[in-house]
Amino acid sequence: MGFISYLINGISLGSIYAIIALGYTMVYGIAKMLNFAHGDVIMIGCYVVFTMMSGMGMHPLISIVAAVVVCTLLGVAIEKVAYKPLRKAAPLAVLITAIGVSYLLQNIALLIFGADTKSFTSVVSIPPIKLAGGELVISGVTVVAIVACIVIMVGLMIFIKKSKAGQAMLAVSEDKDAAQLMGVNVNATISLTFAIGSGLAAIAGVLLCSAYPTLTPYTGAMPGIKAFTAAVFGGIGSIPGAFIGGILLGVIEVLGRAYISSQLSDAIVFAVLIIVLLVKPTGILGKAVNEKV
Amino acid sequence: MALLEVKNLGISFGGLRAVDDLNLKIEKGQLYGLIGPNGAGKTTVFNMLTGVYKPTDGSIFLDGENITGKKSIEINKHGIARTFQNIRLFHQQSVLDNVKIGLHNEKPYSTLSGILRLPVYYKVEKEMNERAMELLEVFDLQNEAEVLASNLPYGKQRKLEIARALATNPKLLLLDEPAAGMNPNETAELMDTIRFVRDKFDMTILLIEHDMKLVSGICEELTVLNFGQELAQGKTSDVLNNPEVIKAYLGE
Amino acid sequence: MKNKANFKKMKKTTKDNFITYGMVVAVYIIVQVMVMTGSMSSLMQGLLVPLCIYSIVAIGLNLCVGYLGELSLGHAGFMCAGAFSSAFFTRCMEDSSMNPTLRFVFALIIGTLVAALFGFLIGIPVLRLKGDYLAIVTLAFGEIIKNIMNVLYVGKDSAGFHISMKNKAALNLAEDGDVIIDGAKGITGTPHQSTFTIGVILILISLVVVFNLVNSRSGRAIMAIRDNRIAAESVGINVTKFKLMSFTISAAIAGAGGVLYAHNLSTLTALPANFGYNMSIMILVFVVLGGIGNIRGSIIAAVVLTLLPELLRGLSDYRMLIYSILLIVLMLFNWAPGAIVFRERMKQKLKGKKTKEVE
Repeated sequence: MGFISYLINGISLGSIYAIIALGYTMVYGIAKMLNFAHGDVIMIGCYVVFTMMSGMGMHPLISIVAAVVVCTLLGVAIEKVAYKPLRKAAPLAVLITAIGVSYLLQNIALLIFGADTKSFTSVVSIPPIKLAGGELVISGVTVVAIVACIVIMVGLMIFIKKSKAGQAMLAVSEDKDAAQLMGVNVNATISLTFAIGSGLAAIAGVLLCSAYPTLTPYTGAMPGIKAFTAAVFGGIGSIPGAFIGGILLGVIEVLGRAYISSQLSDAIVFAVLIIVLLVKPTGILGKAVNEKV
Repeated sequence: MALLEVKNLGISFGGLRAVDDLNLKIEKGQLYGLIGPNGAGKTTVFNMLTGVYKPTDGSIFLDGENITGKKSIEINKHGIARTFQNIRLFHQQSVLDNVKIGLHNEKPYSTLSGILRLPVYYKVEKEMNERAMELLEVFDLQNEAEVLASNLPYGKQRKLEIARALATNPKLLLLDEPAAGMNPNETAELMDTIRFVRDKFDMTILLIEHDMKLVSGICEELTVLNFGQELAQGKTSDVLNNPEVIKAYLGE
Repeated sequence: MKNKANFKKMKKTTKDNFITYGMVVAVYIIVQVMVMTGSMSSLMQGLLVPLCIYSIVAIGLNLCVGYLGELSLGHAGFMCAGAFSSAFFTRCMEDSSMNPTLRFVFALIIGTLVAALFGFLIGIPVLRLKGDYLAIVTLAFGEIIKNIMNVLYVGKDSAGFHISMKNKAALNLAEDGDVIIDGAKGITGTPHQSTFTIGVILILISLVVVFNLVNSRSGRAIMAIRDNRIAAESVGINVTKFKLMSFTISAAIAGAGGVLYAHNLSTLTALPANFGYNMSIMILVFVVLGGIGNIRGSIIAAVVLTLLPELLRGLSDYRMLIYSILLIVLMLFNWAPGAIVFRERMKQKLKGKKTKEVE
């Protein structure tokens, strides 16, 4: 039972990573940049929910909606102010700027909320599911996380295939200039990508803090890095890749913590990233891009 | 023995046969042209000759040595140097340094000697400077030695690229569309430069070009590539008057 | 006549480098005078060695970022390797009759070489990767090194060395055994041997190594790889060899900084704050703000950005906030194409000429 319990927890954690990874992978596919600040947008989402629920006594659903709105606006604002001016500059420049934004968000949260750990009230009020005659207990959050991930994935894939905006996103990720020449509003498409990614980050954050109810300004950083690992693992730029990468990574982390060492669980996750990148740099589902000579 | 012998050369990318059954024979000291419509596979041939791509079939012999599938560094050591369709200079370094980098293998000394500033460092650096300036003078670039490579006007950048390639002391020089983006005056000057390089350095030159004036002006023999296959081969005037060749270009 | 141009240039770069050496020496002399005349607070005096440490690691990172052209987010890992290996050696040799100064020199050499080894081993797989991936993988390696140091237990007794990744007891040490690396508790009892003088000497050595490397055949090769890898290959430069060489040297320099760090405290632990990616990023900020490729700038940035919050105690809460805003603004100002055009126009205006027409 222990193994299955771990497996399910791993899939749940992986689902959260997958949702976060979506933000990384979409932004990388379309804007060709690593949004280092993505993990910290998650943290902001958590604080919004925390403030509204614990501070203002609002209903969970309203708080979640507020968080999604705030994060979406934040993501779009960051893109317009910090990333757009550097679109044609060296990739190193925008990566470092993203690091700066990440720091900025962490320190704003630090100043407003302090460094002390806040106790997060879970937004999930579904009772745990008991299986196998009470031996296997699956918490409500675990289930919600998995369901949310599946819904989001399917929804996103339908959006990309069927909607005009989604097709535009696909076009821009393949060839930005060609898309522009075909009449696609590249700026709006990129903003939309950041908006979706950041909105999803809010949801991921809420799920994360509901499952692991401690909140500090640094809560978003490590999951952000791990989710990026997942995105790369699955193949950066690929939405199904984010899904597979996220789930696999969550499972590896939980199993690693359970069976090898809790202190080394992070190291194990990173070791996986390294191995994947060395063996198949484009990730599980990624495509190789050839340089023109 | 021909300097460059290419036999049945071919390469496939996935399902696409980019170059198929190419045969070339270039004698030492020749000015040879590789022409054909856009997308015919000419740069792909260059990439195979210089080790950027590994051919799927066929063989390449330079001065009797089999260099098929070898890496760029080794092929350069064997004696092939090239310029690129989109100029590839070391843009953050000076004109002089670009050529000195070309002299990397010609005038070596160990890293440790450099860090410790042993006497060999000063000796070889002096030799490098002299040799590099000599090459710059050939192309009338000596006054721009300290200029940042990316600040040179386009025509001079092309010349610098050729100077850098020559610094590696090659037997065969590959020029990929050297006249691209040049006006008629610059092209005429380039023609003189290429001929001069062949004469002064005892060089064999293979070039890809679209500018027919340059091709007919300096190339002695041509191979025409179309859809990755050889369409015609022979003396320049014969090839350029070949109706098949004319059709291939006009029919685009 | 024709060689005058290059001699002038050689002298210009060398002159520039000597200015840097001179500045470091001048600051050293001023500081020593201030210390001896008692005009330096003990707070400031306590910062002298850390300033050297950050400067050294920044020089090492700038070699990687500015000259090799690759972003490493894991240089703190090399600091960690240098720190722990040197502290381990020093602690092991404590009871021996080795002269303390000689012991420190050996510790320095060992720490630097171990860091270089890590750089080499990590570089082999990592340098094949593209920019963003390389950055993340170096971050991953940095975190792994830190994590491993936290679960490492090494003890010594009459039978030799014992290693365990589980806990102290698993070492099975004899009565006279001594636990040197105590897992998360790290290494305790390292003698305070780092001094400002040693720090400045190490800075100067790092400067000499980097400046001499960059202005040599190997340095040009490394920069050629940075500017255009394919062209570098086409002129016969062994890309792998030079990438690995510069990365290893960069790691070694960071390791030297780590040695200085380890011998400046009595307790050496691997925490997120000192060897995690936060440290790597802080050093990166020094490098970027000082100017990528500008070695002198790295030192100045490291010093200014470390001193400022200490001197402006009231602002220390806002320090990181200011850092981050500064970082974003400086990046945009220096790298955004729009900003570059704006700056050029301003420059031309100040010169009183009309804007140059592009050919």
